[in-house]
Amino acid sequence: MHSRPKVYQRLLNMKVLLVFAALLVGTFSEQLFVGDQVLRVVASDEEQVALLRTLGEQVDLQIDFWLDPTKPGRPADLRVPFSRLQAVKVFLESHGISYNIMIEDVQQLLDEEKRTMMLSRRMERSANEFNFASYHTLEEIYDWMDTLVADHPNLVSKIQIGESYEKRPLYVLKFSTGGSNRPAVWLDTGIHSREWVTQATGVWTANKLAEDYGHDPTVTSLLDTMDIFFEIVTNPDGYAFTHSSNRLWRKTRSIHAGSSCIGVDPNRNWDAGFGGSGSSSNPCSETYHGPYAHSESEVKSIVDFIQSHGNVKGLISIHSYSQMLMFPYGYKWTTSPDHEELNKLAEKAVNDLAAVYGTEYTYGSIANTIYLAAGTTVDWAYENGVKYSYTFELRDTGRYGFLLPSSQIIPTATETWPALLDILVHIQQHPY
Amino acid sequence: MAELPPTHGPASRAAALATAYISHRHGSPGHGWVLRDVRRARREDSTVNCTAEVLYHLGNEKSAPDVQFTIEGELKNTDEADNAFYNRIQSLKKELEAENIPDSYGNVSPEMQPIRALAWAASGYVIWQNSTENTKYQLAQIKHVKQVKRTDEYLEFDYVILLHENVSQEIIPWQMTVLWHPQHGIEVTQNSCQAKHALD
Repeated sequence: MHSRPKVYQRLLNMKVLLVFAALLVGTFSEQLFVGDQVLRVVASDEEQVALLRTLGEQVDLQIDFWLDPTKPGRPADLRVPFSRLQAVKVFLESHGISYNIMIEDVQQLLDEEKRTMMLSRRMERSANEFNFASYHTLEEIYDWMDTLVADHPNLVSKIQIGESYEKRPLYVLKFSTGGSNRPAVWLDTGIHSREWVTQATGVWTANKLAEDYGHDPTVTSLLDTMDIFFEIVTNPDGYAFTHSSNRLWRKTRSIHAGSSCIGVDPNRNWDAGFGGSGSSSNPCSETYHGPYAHSESEVKSIVDFIQSHGNVKGLISIHSYSQMLMFPYGYKWTTSPDHEELNKLAEKAVNDLAAVYGTEYTYGSIANTIYLAAGTTVDWAYENGVKYSYTFELRDTGRYGFLLPSSQIIPTATETWPALLDILVHIQQHPY
Repeated sequence: MAELPPTHGPASRAAALATAYISHRHGSPGHGWVLRDVRRARREDSTVNCTAEVLYHLGNEKSAPDVQFTIEGELKNTDEADNAFYNRIQSLKKELEAENIPDSYGNVSPEMQPIRALAWAASGYVIWQNSTENTKYQLAQIKHVKQVKRTDEYLEFDYVILLHENVSQEIIPWQMTVLWHPQHGIEVTQNSCQAKHALD
């Protein structure tokens, strides 16, 4: 499309919407403007202005003025049907009236406009009509959470466990069918804000849990005996920043005395081997552990929540990318006391994941599978009574990395689902 | 010469490096190389088996690792795609310029696919030259690319790429000047790390 002055663009859009509305009322879904063009004509004197007016009076030419001819030097815009184009252009040229083509095909413009309007429709009717195959802003995800709760009032509720550094609410979806402080599993996605496929997988998975309850026997049994606490945007300040300023931002957005660099790595800020190898004391580093353990409100809120709950039996913290399923320890090479059981469960989970689309995962302790990392979520949970502590690294292995195409969101969530279920079922069947 | 412990981490780093090296040697705008798993290197539409041996010069970080590799079977001929890209760029009225490939949503337009494949191959050289047994680099994004006009038959592109270093998790901007010709292959004539402190 040609670029045109912004003022007229707005005027043009008004006209287009009017035309579209007319189309809707008249003959729904019939294409009436294929090949029609909008010509901008500038009359150089009064004689030409008069000529333009007579042109408009010729009914058989079916000219539709979007801007009427008024005086010399002022543009007039004419929508000319495709079949009359040649006649009109010959007329203009033979009288020396200058014009240019503003819109090459009106129908194309209408189609694009319609598509944009449909795509940007913000009022979703229900939670499962949300577009799970695209990435969303923080506001959109927070709005969607409310729809999910509204759609499943007997299963899902939203609680606030704290505030981020920039005072954004930290929301957790609680899946519960009742009871009193039932054994619970904690799930989180998006603790590293640039790992966009994780928040997107979180939304899909939360929806799946809600949809499957009462229909799928496994999910129904799980939620009849356990509660699930799901924090989808665990680092909302970072997530907002990836949308507004830096797509590859990882950390929180906290400001700490003594440095001009911003942010702490929320997966190095936990009190498990805090400050050790595999985290950095440099505030400008991507793995900066922070001034002290739990300095970040995003982390402290979860710590407080899990400790006061007192009955959390499993924790799954979801990251990307690398395609791995890991368990403690990250801060030391020592194998954990539960290594054999955790390893065997991880093996089953990655096999069931691979069965969906063939996506291959590696698995093992954090230290063995990638590298030493101190102060991680999973190590803290494990050392604070949560035996089944796992961390996922979702797709891919580096081809797109953090910039995973949205077309892979649903496949990623779909294949991860059976692996999550394996862990949840195991927790359910092995109370401690 | 120390042996690498047989665990996942170091093995996957060596594999990533080998892939980068092979990309540099055999990549082109027509096709790119992607590591499928630690045993095989996959090309866009066909998987070939590849064995590589990576020798890190421990204690001598300035020296790039040695990589020896063998590819089983024949590589697909990319002449057609390479020539199509070459002709398209030569016929442009204005020098090509673009940024953020892929964009935030992972999209790469069809016109930019060869530009990305070229960057992928060229970054293989940069990664190879800068790898140690404790690093794992991936090309995260092309921040900016601008074609540089030349009087000879070569195409020249000035890239600023973002490398993701998977151990430190740093995003490192890197400038590289890439020369390419369908018959003469790829050459990185200049490259420099653009890292500064992690400011917003």
